[in-house]
Amino acid sequence: MTIAQKAGLDANAVELDGVKIAFQLPDGGTYEAVGETHLTVSDREFVAIVGPTGCGKSTLLNATAGLLKPAQGQVRTFAKPLAGLNKHAGYLFQQDSLMPWKTAIDNVAIGLEVAGTPRREALERARVWLGKVGLAAFADRYPHMLSGGQRKRVGLAQVLIRDPKILLMDEPFGPLDAQTRLIMGDLLLNLWSADRKAVMFVTHDLDEAIGLADRVIIMSAGPSSRIIGNYAIPLPRPRDMAEIRSDPQFHEVHREIWNALKEEVLKGYRQSEEVQS
Amino acid sequence: MNRLTLLSLQVLVAVITLVFWHIASTTTLIGNPKTISFFFAEPLAVGKRMVQWFIEGSIWYHLGITLTEAALAFIIGSLCGIIIGFWFARKPLLAAVFDPYVKAANALPRVVLAPIFALWLGLGIWSKVALGVTLVFFIVFFNVYQGVKEVSPAVLSNARMLGMNERQLLRHVYMPSALSWMFSSLHTSVGFAVVGAVVGEYLGSAAGLGYLIHEAESVFDVTGVFAGMFVLMAFVILVDWLVTLVENRLLVWRPKTSIISTR
Repeated sequence: MTIAQKAGLDANAVELDGVKIAFQLPDGGTYEAVGETHLTVSDREFVAIVGPTGCGKSTLLNATAGLLKPAQGQVRTFAKPLAGLNKHAGYLFQQDSLMPWKTAIDNVAIGLEVAGTPRREALERARVWLGKVGLAAFADRYPHMLSGGQRKRVGLAQVLIRDPKILLMDEPFGPLDAQTRLIMGDLLLNLWSADRKAVMFVTHDLDEAIGLADRVIIMSAGPSSRIIGNYAIPLPRPRDMAEIRSDPQFHEVHREIWNALKEEVLKGYRQSEEVQS
Repeated sequence: MNRLTLLSLQVLVAVITLVFWHIASTTTLIGNPKTISFFFAEPLAVGKRMVQWFIEGSIWYHLGITLTEAALAFIIGSLCGIIIGFWFARKPLLAAVFDPYVKAANALPRVVLAPIFALWLGLGIWSKVALGVTLVFFIVFFNVYQGVKEVSPAVLSNARMLGMNERQLLRHVYMPSALSWMFSSLHTSVGFAVVGAVVGEYLGSAAGLGYLIHEAESVFDVTGVFAGMFVLMAFVILVDWLVTLVENRLLVWRPKTSIISTR
């Protein structure tokens, strides 16, 4: 191992090496959610994972986070095999996951507090982070007093304040309306450009994926979903989520990915409909 | 409807009831007033008796005893409920093994335990406390158990990813969730603590509101029974109001519309 690798530089932030994920069914059988998958995410790279609902994108994130053990294969993070929870990773969940009994600022500060930062300092830094996500005036609100978008902002601050090297995001803006999604996308790009963490961003929205990411991964529908496309996005940064959609280059990339995948994705949708019905 | 109209209508109900009661027990309008006042007492006499109790000060002693018993029953019952609820929720095997016994114990109408407790603990306050504890314990126990079990998986995963260890999870996630369930049943459990105390006193004691009512009843002093009931009623309303204050303070983080009453 080179010195650079030891320091966690140069090494890939995430390596999924032949990862296969299966669940035990109540009737004794197994359901293979994700078939053998190889995926690397470099340090400082923004990767978006796109696929139809229920294709195991979240499962892949959970495996990377260490919340789920793959049935086969290995997850490596900065060249080390993952054991237990991924300490380098911050995870922004799809569902509401703020602690409802803590105010916004306490929710943001908690990650520092449990790591041993004195409460006063943790609160000060949390206040700064709430400012960065535009919620400085909402520090003492409880989550139920905030809108869906505001809760996501608090969630983002809660994760980023711990300065994780890897950011896992599971359809974080899924439940928000279209305008709020654009604004949240811009906010995310802004924060990310400051220190460029490795990001795995799961979404079912191809537009959002292309607008945000350096690379777009396409997954097929489950069961045994797999990666069926891997596209570098050559759009220049900094990007503006609303404007980029009228960029001719955006359309070109979008058309290219969509043409190549339409058949596959449609097949996947039909498959998943058959499974559901 | 504005507040004032509502309030005056509410007062009107009380006035009509009292006037009706007074007329029925003092005039021949409905029946023989002697019979009626024997069974239902007279409102003025009941009022006079209550004023007399408070002026003499004898009632404070009994109120104090009942309050002490209820408070002890609530504290001990809640503590046991919290500890065992937590323990069972975190140790599914233990919960599974004891499940039928917990259900069986909870199925027993607690009143029948009163004589046993009197036998074991004497006629002092502790037999009443014990009766109250058996009532409070199960409510708190079930709610805490549920509260720990029902922590949202997303909140839990998030807390883990934020770097919490088991102890920190207990403090920042399980405990607040369990306590919120417990607080939402605070009215019920405090109410049951009072029930335990009063029923215990009623079945055998030398002090307390239950004793007061029982004593009056045994000499056919219906006025005393009614006066005791009204004092008890006022006492429970006061306690309930205090609980509401505490609850509003402790559950500020809850959306007002989704406060669930679990019983």
